[in-house]
Amino acid sequence: MAGIDGSAAHLSDTVFTTAIAVYALAMVSYVAEYAFGRRGRVAATAAVRELVTVGSPRTDATTASPPARGGAERLGRFAVALTVLGVALHALSIAIRGIAVDAVPWSNMYEFASVAGLVGVLAFLGVLWKAPTIRHLGGFVLLPVILMMFLAGTVLYSKAQPLVPALQSYWLGIHVTLVSIAEGALMTSAVLTVLFLVKHRADKHPGSTGAFSNLATRLPAAETLDKVAYRIVAFAFPLYTVAIICGAIWAEAAWGRYWGWDPKETWAFVVWVIYACYLHARATAGWKGRAAAWVNLAGFFAITFNFLIVNIVVSGLHSYAGLS
Amino acid sequence: MRTALILLFLLAVGAVPGSLLPQRPLNPGRTSGYIRAHGSWGRFLDGIGMFDVFGSVWFAAIYLLLFVSLIGCLIPRIRLHARAVTRKPLPAPRNLDRLPESGSFETSDNVDAYLDSARAVLGRRWRVVRREDASGAVTLSAEKGYSRETGNLIFHVALLASLVLIAIGRLYSYQGSEIVVQGHGFCNVVAQYDSWQPGRFAAEGKIRPAPFCIDKLTRFTAAYTDSGEPSKFAADIVYRPSVDDPSTRARITVNHPLRLQGDRVYLIGHGFAPRVTIRMPDGTVRHDTEPFVPQDAATLQSEGAFKLQGKPGAKQDVGVAATFSPTPVPQSAQTFTSASPQVRNPILGIAIYLGDLNYQGLPQSVYSLDTSKMKLSGAANLRVGQKKTLSNGVSVTFDGWVPWASLQVSHDPAQGFLLWSALAMVVGLLGSLGVRRRRLWLRVTPAGDSSDAPHTVVSVGGLARSDSGNFSTEFAALFERLRSVGRPARAAVLTGTE
Ligand code: HEM
Repeated sequence: MAGIDGSAAHLSDTVFTTAIAVYALAMVSYVAEYAFGRRGRVAATAAVRELVTVGSPRTDATTASPPARGGAERLGRFAVALTVLGVALHALSIAIRGIAVDAVPWSNMYEFASVAGLVGVLAFLGVLWKAPTIRHLGGFVLLPVILMMFLAGTVLYSKAQPLVPALQSYWLGIHVTLVSIAEGALMTSAVLTVLFLVKHRADKHPGSTGAFSNLATRLPAAETLDKVAYRIVAFAFPLYTVAIICGAIWAEAAWGRYWGWDPKETWAFVVWVIYACYLHARATAGWKGRAAAWVNLAGFFAITFNFLIVNIVVSGLHSYAGLS
Repeated sequence: MRTALILLFLLAVGAVPGSLLPQRPLNPGRTSGYIRAHGSWGRFLDGIGMFDVFGSVWFAAIYLLLFVSLIGCLIPRIRLHARAVTRKPLPAPRNLDRLPESGSFETSDNVDAYLDSARAVLGRRWRVVRREDASGAVTLSAEKGYSRETGNLIFHVALLASLVLIAIGRLYSYQGSEIVVQGHGFCNVVAQYDSWQPGRFAAEGKIRPAPFCIDKLTRFTAAYTDSGEPSKFAADIVYRPSVDDPSTRARITVNHPLRLQGDRVYLIGHGFAPRVTIRMPDGTVRHDTEPFVPQDAATLQSEGAFKLQGKPGAKQDVGVAATFSPTPVPQSAQTFTSASPQVRNPILGIAIYLGDLNYQGLPQSVYSLDTSKMKLSGAANLRVGQKKTLSNGVSVTFDGWVPWASLQVSHDPAQGFLLWSALAMVVGLLGSLGVRRRRLWLRVTPAGDSSDAPHTVVSVGGLARSDSGNFSTEFAALFERLRSVGRPARAAVLTGTE
């Protein structure tokens, strides 16, 4: 294994910081669009969709977005452009880090958080592609990503290092890649679920005012949020399953057993079972909607716990955190 | 479904203490420390199995209930699904416009011509049945997405199979580990292991470890980066797959165990075995090499002991308690610790005891001395080649060191099958979560011949049997294709909510 290319590692850090700044700018633009956008936008878009369905069902919903509305619309487009730029920089920083350590660059908490954040933003862009109406919600996705990247770049940061022997396995690449993709996607699902709960509540108490109901009027229909959140889990759950299997294959090769109830493994299991609960809840009478949404959030809580608390506080074999 | 939900929830909650409290199978030392520190609360937790969650009765109960409930729900579902797969799609409801998605249009094709085109649109992915209504209209019932349920059943059956395979693996498994000093070896025999963890059948002697031997650890290599991080560990060995087989060479590294028929040999740790020459009180000269236990995984500062018995009952035993510092740095005036696991001019810190090593005649740890009947007679920090001589002529020379490797033998006959079963779970999941179940009906009615051209009314209705996704868009696209294959008559009407 070659040593570490210090200047490349340094460049990677710089690009990483720039990506955070670009995301922050994008977030401000989303929030501005959100604040200045007109109230009726969701209703208007929904109406347009009906129209389109009648006329020519093939038409992509993009063309259905309401005619440009000056400032807010331009802000929104600007925000998306910035997000794309941020993603490009973010991906670049990870790629350079990979070159610097001459291995897949997600073997410690800093690198992992960075990759998961990237996947979260990509998942948002993917959803945006299919459902442009949620654009003004970009701030809600970028906020946790920025926080996580900030945390990654400060508290969780570790210098670029070559891998210790136990981590020198291609299963590591596959395992951690899949986990970070799945968890990044599940983060987006959790954000949409929170928004679903807000909208759901507002639908129940139509008369109320305040920040929440103000927010709710601009959200897509509760049912849409719920559905998109579900589709994301339906995508991420099999990935997470494969990720756990790859982890088990790797553990078998490295530690002599495929499963040992190490704290990290235990929490991966807990997360997996909670999302299985979520999928069941959505198919169980009386659990659809709000209850299922809370299960989804419990799943994301478990992911966060596994990532932060188990890595930092609970010790185990998976001491890859790189913190000391 | 509700039962499954509750049991899954219990399973998740039940696993949590297993990660937050120390677990005896993983870390016995910390567990007993925790119990001692928490008094009756600790003993209470111990009583309810909180320190061995995954071996506890209540965890097994959740797991078994889940198992039973899974069987209970799978059997009827498999039967139902088999029936659904063999059955024809259901006849069209009377009013297609009551369905969540529906629409109608007219075409100037006649009924049969239009039906042919419609079938072509539906293609092979839809299962289609044609029926004639009493009124003279013709209906097509179409259904697709059977593999959703098939996938879901495969997933749950594979899940069951996995649970069974895990249990079988547990029953038939065993695990043994052995510290092997470079130049030595061992055979896969229970008595030779330092640590032996049998599964139930191995403990009862119903299965016996396969008769292979690791005859010799020829060489253990550890490589480090410039900054002192380990970059590679490798054990070169000579082994015989079975006692009568010829010897074979192999290299075991951290992620690459030696895989034998049914057993795997892992490299799980390493350390140092210092070598000394001791001149005994009676003048005889002895050599000894003992593996030392690393006290710190990062620096491999190690501890151990040399024990040499003199004439029985003469109180002339020599015991040396020692520390080995691979890269020594002074810790206090007299003691050294290590800065790195790499060996650079190491120091052996020794304390020489004379007297009776094992006055009770009981088994002892090989890594430490019982000094209660011994007298500390001298101490020194030796570099390789240096010697400490006591006034009575007893001396200890630090001759050098060899590495040792800790090798672990694992046996689990079910794990290969388990992998297949886990893959089946994934395949099932992809079907279950990726395929959408849809029903579609067409009612094609000849609309009299009062007008000059023949025309036909086609009404279409659709239903999403599972996660509706964006079924409206899907339906609208399909509707449009169904409409455009007929020769146009008048405008289409598409109604529908989601
Ligand atoms: C560890 C145990 C289990 C796991 C991980 C699990 C996982 C899943 C998953 C991922 C789905 C797909 C959900 C979807 O289609 O959206 C599902 C569906 C289902 N499961 Fe389970 N399951 C487990 C145990 C059980 C048990 C014990 C039962 C029955 C008592 C059960 C009954 C069902 C049923 C009926 C469905 C179909 C739901 C539907 O799509 O309508 N499952 N399960």
